[in-house]
Amino acid sequence: MTGLLAAAPVLAGLDPPYWVETLIKVGVVALLIPTTALILGIVFLFKVMSWMQSRLGPQEAGPKGLLQLLADGVKFIQKQDIVPDAADRFVFKVAPMVVLISTFLLYVIIPGSPNVVVESLDTGVFFALAMSSLSVIGILMAGWASANKYALMSGIRAAGQLIAYELPMVLAVVGVVIQAGTLNLNGIIAAQADFKIGPVPFPFFILTQAPMFLVFLAAAQAELTQPPFDMPVAESELVGGYQVEYSGFRFLFFFMGEFATAFAFAAIASVLFLGGWSIPFVTYDAADPNNFYHSWVFWLIGPAVLFTKIMLVSFLIFWFRFTYPRLREDQLQKICWKYLIPICLVWVSVTAIAKVVM
Amino acid sequence: MSSADTATEADTPAEPEAPRDERREALLARLQAELGSDLVGSHIRAGDDLWVRVTRDAWPTAAEITHRRLKYSFFDFLSGLDWLPSPFGRDMDSQEDILVHGQEAKEPPAMAQGYAGGETRFQVFARVYSLTEHMGITLKADLPDDDLSVGTWSGTYAGANWHERECWEMFGFHFVGHPQLAHLYLPGGFEGNPLRKDFPLLARRVKPWPGIVDVEPMPGGAGDDEEGGE
Amino acid sequence: MTALSDREQLTSLANQAADSRVNLEFETEGMTLNMGPQHPATHGTLRILVKLDGEQVISADPMPGYMHRGYEKLCEVRTYPQVTTLVNRIDWLGSFANEVPWILAAEKLMGIEAPPRAQYIRTILFELSRMANVSLFLGDLGIQLGGITVGFYAFRDREHVLNQIEAVTGGRFHPNFDRIGGLKDDLPKGWIAETKKAMEKMRAFCDEVEDLLFGNEIFQKRTRGIGLIPPHVAQSYGLSGANIRGSGVDWDLRRDACPPGLVYDKADWKVWTHPDCDSFSRSWIRLQETREATKIVDQLLDSIPSGPIMAKVPRIIKVPEGEAYVATENPLGEMGYYLVSKGDLNPFRVKIRSASFNNVSIVPWVCKGVYVPDVITILASLYFILGDIDR
Repeated sequence: MTGLLAAAPVLAGLDPPYWVETLIKVGVVALLIPTTALILGIVFLFKVMSWMQSRLGPQEAGPKGLLQLLADGVKFIQKQDIVPDAADRFVFKVAPMVVLISTFLLYVIIPGSPNVVVESLDTGVFFALAMSSLSVIGILMAGWASANKYALMSGIRAAGQLIAYELPMVLAVVGVVIQAGTLNLNGIIAAQADFKIGPVPFPFFILTQAPMFLVFLAAAQAELTQPPFDMPVAESELVGGYQVEYSGFRFLFFFMGEFATAFAFAAIASVLFLGGWSIPFVTYDAADPNNFYHSWVFWLIGPAVLFTKIMLVSFLIFWFRFTYPRLREDQLQKICWKYLIPICLVWVSVTAIAKVVM
Repeated sequence: MSSADTATEADTPAEPEAPRDERREALLARLQAELGSDLVGSHIRAGDDLWVRVTRDAWPTAAEITHRRLKYSFFDFLSGLDWLPSPFGRDMDSQEDILVHGQEAKEPPAMAQGYAGGETRFQVFARVYSLTEHMGITLKADLPDDDLSVGTWSGTYAGANWHERECWEMFGFHFVGHPQLAHLYLPGGFEGNPLRKDFPLLARRVKPWPGIVDVEPMPGGAGDDEEGGE
Repeated sequence: MTALSDREQLTSLANQAADSRVNLEFETEGMTLNMGPQHPATHGTLRILVKLDGEQVISADPMPGYMHRGYEKLCEVRTYPQVTTLVNRIDWLGSFANEVPWILAAEKLMGIEAPPRAQYIRTILFELSRMANVSLFLGDLGIQLGGITVGFYAFRDREHVLNQIEAVTGGRFHPNFDRIGGLKDDLPKGWIAETKKAMEKMRAFCDEVEDLLFGNEIFQKRTRGIGLIPPHVAQSYGLSGANIRGSGVDWDLRRDACPPGLVYDKADWKVWTHPDCDSFSRSWIRLQETREATKIVDQLLDSIPSGPIMAKVPRIIKVPEGEAYVATENPLGEMGYYLVSKGDLNPFRVKIRSASFNNVSIVPWVCKGVYVPDVITILASLYFILGDIDR
């Protein structure tokens, strides 16, 4: 259960050395990031968005324009990598990588089935939250190093926003963690698959943690700097904000980072609230090797189930994105401190009391 | 050429100077009372508009009066007038003289000021409006050539600020007391005042506008006999 | 009490806050931010020089002129019919509406009146161009606030109106259709029925925008109480159109001082005002005006008389000597031409009173002390077209 490799039936007997295992894990994650970004970009940014806005979307590249994003990616790579004269060159160049690394590390802990996981950490949730907050530094670096007033304002806005919204995100997760009794993501899923109130099974934590789910989504939206919380990007005010001076593949990194992080947040949300890879009303027993969840078939089904749930959550995230106008920073902070955090605190207490009493 | 009296088939009275406009006459009387001898000319077109000419010194006072006393508080616009006949000839009219009437181009007429009269080449004019009375007043003031300065309206009608800036760069009028007479439209180092009549419109000087005569026959050739200048 | 002191009273709080923050609290230095000439919020090439303290605006100074085309000078060397081609390009979203006051001014001096059918069609086209213009405003408002979906809906539904305009005039943007004494052509066959369908679609669009944007709490939070313009300030700056009605002033040139040649009195419609004086009220009024415009068009289509569309006018148009100012209620506000004629083929002097010029001149006053995102909403709600500022 230590990793994808160890679990893979073909390679199970090989037991490769540590560095080979690590290398392969890195490779898997490095492949996953552009793939997921591509999927979300095509499905939501191009197809769902154009459907919602009653237009066609890209139609030329590939069948129904499905390869458009790939073409765009190639275009971005071909473009000149421009660094402004006044920019802090090193920081400017590194910033997109920092953002991407934060995303990269998020992917490490997402479990596709009991066995299909890159690294099943006991502090999984904690790790995820810590890594997601790394991207603030990247954005701040980009904003500062661009030597552009719009970018600078955007960087400051981003810092204020992302740090503020860490708190409701952490608190929203706390409720789940209390209910599950573990920080391990697989453990949380297992707890959901088993969870019953009396004889009635409650397969998803969303049923008991609904307010937390909404808070988590809102906070994730803010962390992604998507509308209605997209002040740092705000193309009509700050002309793209911290991305304004970036071109070519560095811009592509930001773009990929945004969508891959959206995917990762959707994955974490579906793990925490929607039962991750678990199928409702199919009981999970960690001790029983004949349990369905341990069968070889589930190595394929598990990720598919998770993927379905991720797409559902992503749809919500992008639905909000395409529907709402943008808030102002002070209103954003007000929402965070006056509404989201109190809601979380109340619900954490409720969960804690229920946990002790029941 | 008689062009004004050609279109008289419409049932509306064309130029009924006879009917009197009592509301505007009363308004003019009030202005007269307030301004006294500073009001040097006026014109009323019944049912349409009122023109008033004041002295240059009374220009800011006139704004105070229309705004505070008469409550004509809506600021429409402010601009300048240059009554000099164009020193570059009559352009299309001279073409018309030659082509249509077969005579040499007429001399441009002597300088004549419009409604409410005037004595100078330049006039500053502005229009204010009452949102309750639904009447407007067009005010004019003469500016002598040797001193094109006049008091600002921007303290009374805040909107005059930009209009005076525009007028300053387009006509070269100086508005005394204006907070910031800076270029609005033209680049900083621009020389000349484009809306003055003696400022040449270079595009027109370089290549005459085809004007009333068609440029050239249409490619099909069908248009030649129909429209071409004779 | 002068206008200046009014202004000081109203912005004193914001100013003091801004000043004290700059000078005393942190002793920070302000930042100068150049919004434009190329900036998404200025839709065109307007440059706004903003001095900032953090996110708060200390002063905002619009600098137009990047697109000044000198129409007032150009008009002086063109014949009267040729001028319509120029003025078409002033407010390019509602071009037909620019032609009308010009034609009316010339007609007034010539003493001509267009036949009734032409007047009806003129009014209908005027309102159609209002819809074409304001529907884009509604979409743009959404885009400025980050709700891009509304923008796409606006472009989609504006097409219905543009198609109708195109069907009559042959031009989507620059119809150049109005003539002294009437119109260039009559309506094409089946146009009335098509237009009625388009009006239905426009009403549906208005409902959609009202649901999607105006009903949205974030939108309301962003616009309510932002960019307050009291009525007397609006008047002294010469704000017009929805901007002054959004300040609670019940004044509409279509109803109150409609120049002869347009038949607004033949339709039953309402002038909306809103007492709030803020960005929301200005935007809301434009939404209502689009609805009213569809009603006007519907009613006029029903009662359109038959007859000629062109009065008898000389082939070579010379306008008798005189001066006239004719203004109409254009999509952006009061648009007027002060026409001085010397009895020649060309106008002697034309002063173009465009709505946006006055509407934008209030920006330095209204943007003091607000936050950067509010500058965007205020600019969007004041609604200007660059061609209308720069002429």
